Amino acid sequence: MKDVSFGQFYPVDSFVHRLDPRLKILFLIAYIVAIFLATNFYGLAACAAVLLLTVVAAHIPLGKVLRAVRGVTFLVLFTAALNVLFYGGETVYWEWGIFCVSFEGIIFSVFLALRLVLLVVCSSLLTYTTTPVSLTDGVESLLTPLKWIRLPIHELALVMSIALRFIPILTDETQRIRNAQMARGADFESGGIIKKVKATIPILVPLLLSAFRRADELGDAMDARCYTGGKHRTKYKKLRFTWRDAVAFLVGAALVTGVVLMRIYLSAPY
Amino acid sequence: MKAIEFKDVSFRYEEEAPFAVTHLNFSVGEGEFVAVLGHNGSGKSTLARLANGLLTPDEGEIRVLGTLLGDKNLYEVRRNVGVVFQNPDNQTVATIVEDDVAFGAENVGLPREEIGRRIDFALRAVGMQDFRTATVARLSGGQKQRIAIAGVLALKPRIVILDESTAMLDPRGRREIVEVVTRLNKEEGITVVLITHFMEEALLADRAVVMNRGELVMQGTPREIFERREDLVTYNLALPRIGVICETLRAGGMDVGDTLDAGTLAEEIAKCVS
Repeated sequence: MKDVSFGQFYPVDSFVHRLDPRLKILFLIAYIVAIFLATNFYGLAACAAVLLLTVVAAHIPLGKVLRAVRGVTFLVLFTAALNVLFYGGETVYWEWGIFCVSFEGIIFSVFLALRLVLLVVCSSLLTYTTTPVSLTDGVESLLTPLKWIRLPIHELALVMSIALRFIPILTDETQRIRNAQMARGADFESGGIIKKVKATIPILVPLLLSAFRRADELGDAMDARCYTGGKHRTKYKKLRFTWRDAVAFLVGAALVTGVVLMRIYLSAPY
Repeated sequence: MKAIEFKDVSFRYEEEAPFAVTHLNFSVGEGEFVAVLGHNGSGKSTLARLANGLLTPDEGEIRVLGTLLGDKNLYEVRRNVGVVFQNPDNQTVATIVEDDVAFGAENVGLPREEIGRRIDFALRAVGMQDFRTATVARLSGGQKQRIAIAGVLALKPRIVILDESTAMLDPRGRREIVEVVTRLNKEEGITVVLITHFMEEALLADRAVVMNRGELVMQGTPREIFERREDLVTYNLALPRIGVICETLRAGGMDVGDTLDAGTLAEEIAKCVS
């Protein structure tokens, strides 16, 4: 079975697990802003340090974190390679036609790759440490102001949490269908890219059909348990800010301010 | 007052399609434990969906606890009639056990403290109180299905319908579920309708009915039903092997009761022999 770490809750008790989901979502947003504001080496180092601290505080094994990165390795390497070749710059090492490898280009690509990795790790930390239900509660609570313009916030949040819940189930199912088709002689390995894409059709069609069937059954089960939408609904779990959230808030605020200050006052060598 | 009462009910999924349920008269008394048997396509699942208003009958009327089912009172009826479905994965809304059990209670707008109490009650009733904060995906099939039952119990229904809830489980999971519903029936006084195609599960019921092609074709105590073996075969139902052994022993003049437990049967034989 393929391991789908991304989007999967990792059940341990930790400082980060106990944070309010709203704060975690805001922290993630602040963090993403910080990594893109960090234009020099010091800023990114600060971001990386904060992330490392968060990983430790979350009691998530390093292997699990790296597995999330593995999924985007190709994307990171590809964008980095493109940037190295096309960035331009002054200190040119090698040039051939439209390609040009320069010192600035290499630095820029490394920074970009680092940013992507930090981004993926931080986002996966959110889903590792937050159950879909509390994530949904957080999103719902943060988006409450949008109810004013009649957006169905509760329904959107529920759709999101159900989607997250079904990721592992549908992944299992994909593997099962794939095995079943392979047992009947389907070939997913050989041939060019077009042939490979065509070969996924016998997986996708049954998968879609089964997803619809599941959705139908889930709808019935929700109806049977008196679901009628967000109106008159109460919540068992109440979101509450604690001292932990204050600490996390300070860390996040310090990071963003620090990065901005470094951007203005610190002239790093790169 | 009957818990569930079907009067001359007919239903079909599409116009022109054959009726899934035809002129069905069927009732379940309050506090009764009824097993509904039938092979695939006999209309037994349609029965469950009609009883809590997921489907509306084309003809006839359905009463639940004396109330005629209609568009207006679906919500109240569903609070009283809990349905547990076949696939545990497709009826769990949340990742964590207690969040899922809370779902129904949240839907009807209960206050927070009451929801907490309902979760306690429901998890204890299915013997899963130690798994309150566990991840549903990591549980066994039988445990997942017990959580599904707990999710229904959190609404404190007076009737629980299990629509082939044991079909996807291994023998051990099936036994767990049958034990749980039997206890709910005896201790909490909840009316239970157990829909299944496993004959042995009917054994503990007060009454068993057999459905075939949308009609109710047999009715009686499980023992009476099991004795009509030839009829069962025509409805594509077969006695489990150990049931056949019991019957053969009885036919041979040995006074053994119906049981599906090899140990109990052995004891009974020993009693007869000595």
